[in-house]
Amino acid sequence: MKKTILGAIAAGTMVLNPLLAIAETEVKFWHAFTGRLGELVAEQVENFNSSQSSYKVVASHKGNYSETLNAGIAAFRAGEQPHILMVFEVGTATMMAAKGAIKPVHEVMAESGTEFDPDAYIGAVKGYYTTTEGQMLSLPFNASTPVLWVNRDALKSVGIDPDVDLSTWQKVEDVLDKLKDANHSCPLVTAWQSWVHLENLSAYHDVPFATKENGFAGTNTELVFNSNGQVAHIEKMGEWAQEGKFIYTGRRNEGGANFRSGDCALFTESSAGYAGISSEAKFEFGVRRLPYWEGLGNAPQNTIIGGASLWVMQGHESEEYKGVGAFLSFLSSTPIQAKWHQDTGYLPITAAASEATRAAGFYNQKPGTDVAVKQMTAKTPTANSKGLRLGSFDQIRGIIDEELEAVWAGDKTAQAAMDSAVERGNQLLRRFEQANR
Amino acid sequence: MEKRVTFRGWVLPLILIAPQVFISAVFFFYPAGQAVWQSLFIPDPFGLSTQFVGLGNFEYLLGDRHYLASILTTATFSIFVTLVSMIPALFLAVLADRLIKGSGVYRTLLIWPYAVAPAVAGVLWMFMFNTRVGVVSWYLGQFGYDWNHVLNGGEAMGLVVIASAWGRISYNFLFFFAGLQAVPRTVVEAAAIDGARFWRRFFTIILPLLSPTSFFLLVVNIVYAFFETFGVIHTITAGGPQQATTILVYKVFADGFVGQDLGLSSAQSVILLVLVGLLTIFQFKFIEKRVNY
Repeated sequence: MKKTILGAIAAGTMVLNPLLAIAETEVKFWHAFTGRLGELVAEQVENFNSSQSSYKVVASHKGNYSETLNAGIAAFRAGEQPHILMVFEVGTATMMAAKGAIKPVHEVMAESGTEFDPDAYIGAVKGYYTTTEGQMLSLPFNASTPVLWVNRDALKSVGIDPDVDLSTWQKVEDVLDKLKDANHSCPLVTAWQSWVHLENLSAYHDVPFATKENGFAGTNTELVFNSNGQVAHIEKMGEWAQEGKFIYTGRRNEGGANFRSGDCALFTESSAGYAGISSEAKFEFGVRRLPYWEGLGNAPQNTIIGGASLWVMQGHESEEYKGVGAFLSFLSSTPIQAKWHQDTGYLPITAAASEATRAAGFYNQKPGTDVAVKQMTAKTPTANSKGLRLGSFDQIRGIIDEELEAVWAGDKTAQAAMDSAVERGNQLLRRFEQANR
Repeated sequence: MEKRVTFRGWVLPLILIAPQVFISAVFFFYPAGQAVWQSLFIPDPFGLSTQFVGLGNFEYLLGDRHYLASILTTATFSIFVTLVSMIPALFLAVLADRLIKGSGVYRTLLIWPYAVAPAVAGVLWMFMFNTRVGVVSWYLGQFGYDWNHVLNGGEAMGLVVIASAWGRISYNFLFFFAGLQAVPRTVVEAAAIDGARFWRRFFTIILPLLSPTSFFLLVVNIVYAFFETFGVIHTITAGGPQQATTILVYKVFADGFVGQDLGLSSAQSVILLVLVGLLTIFQFKFIEKRVNY
């Protein structure tokens, strides 16, 4: 009896909702977002699905960035890969080298016939995911860049003007000295030390991180971040760590908790830290551009991005790729992008989305939210500031973390640590080159 | 002296061991064989192309001073985990064995930590010793000790050892307790009548009679420290600071699943397999001789 009723209801719904009766082409999308970001992604997918009736995007969460990439790789080996896979920026070289596993985004767009203008995307954002010939390989999805977060109350409490100039590290050093003299327990803290203090430091001063345009021009690249500029910065940070001016909290973004609770005065972290800081901080905070060393390289150049992009996987039907194209172009559309940028603090991927946000008065209501956009787009990226394309880079970052810890602990000099990191990293690059020959 | 039950013919014995052989083949020999095979290649992550390198992966590993350092770290780690998990367990078991009333409650409470998964135990200990909000590190700070396992390798090692050994104490306690119950009362009582004090009875009678249990636990705990402590390391230190807590198993994971270098990772698991095999043979050959069954 129950079954009959359920059957009748089901049949009724089918009749009443003709959309369900039409066979929709399914597009699988694997991502790494949970919490608020996960909800926002689900909302985007929902909006896309209800905006048209030919395709249905099914989004699944597959763990953190590394786990999502591993899930994608394992699925590809088993022939069960999704259409769209979210891969963090350090996995770019791995994906790019897997020519038989990926379908470049420019190709997908051309075949699907959707409107696609590569010039609409912000150069510094798309550069990370574009070949040296200018062809977009994956669609930037969530991109952020490091900035300097300031606890204005902490500065005031030791008699420093909260609007003090913090544009260069020289000026930051003066402030750190004053904080230390006033016995402040945590003048400076950082998240993602390799990303902020080596990768972005190099790009921002327009000095190379690795040869061959930071790996863009070939897998026979070698790390060169043991040069004077980078070593001088790390040496300074090491001194600050010894003197209690820079507090080391861990390899990832552990420092965020210290800053949000009000313990720390200055914090170098991604611009996407905005959501957490604005909701938790019980003090007045400010956002500044990342400081640079006056007189080193061509600073300030532009900083590079972190975050993830969407890769399209090989091995699906052409009808399905049309759905992928439609979805990717939907994600790039101005209203969707502008909303994403405002909700999350991630950078807009198109100039139009940034313009729309400005026109809506968002940057005036929430001062500082455009600092990252300006810092990224101030100059045209050079060979040193487009980004990094290095194989096994997740693991190389681990090596850099280890060596930096040796500097912070006072076990090694900055030069010795960077030399060792370069040597160990180069070994991994050679293996990667061999694996992808 | 020993009683042996013998079967006539081959069919029944073969049928009886078949399930075990089948399970070993599927879950052990096949994957181990795969690891050996893959260790001879440098594959790309997607399995699109592979380069045969012979013993190249092994050469690379044995020439890498950080890998050799990791072997040393593993040795230190396993010795400490084994000691820290066995000695307190024996002590607690001796105390529980002497209890007349309430030993059931005591026993149950002591077994609880074993039910906590290593990763969860790791998170618990991480919070207690967290440099910013940890209860223990706060108290240490009150005594003027600046606890910082994020930068201090020795402290990090101490913390992962304690976190790994903690749940293990329960397991060892159970076995020691059962072993103590099996020690014949008459022998102990005879010694007591002869005037032997407790510690003398403990070292001359109980400990030797416990040696089969102790030996079993030694082997099992070393294997545990080698393979099953991954969750603790991953949640507390992720191998850091520097490489202070990068044990071999953690490196297998890091190279295989962070670095996507399956060839190198397989070569490491082969080395690990050989190491643990040798260690177990050594234990059975040399230490077991001193065990009284």
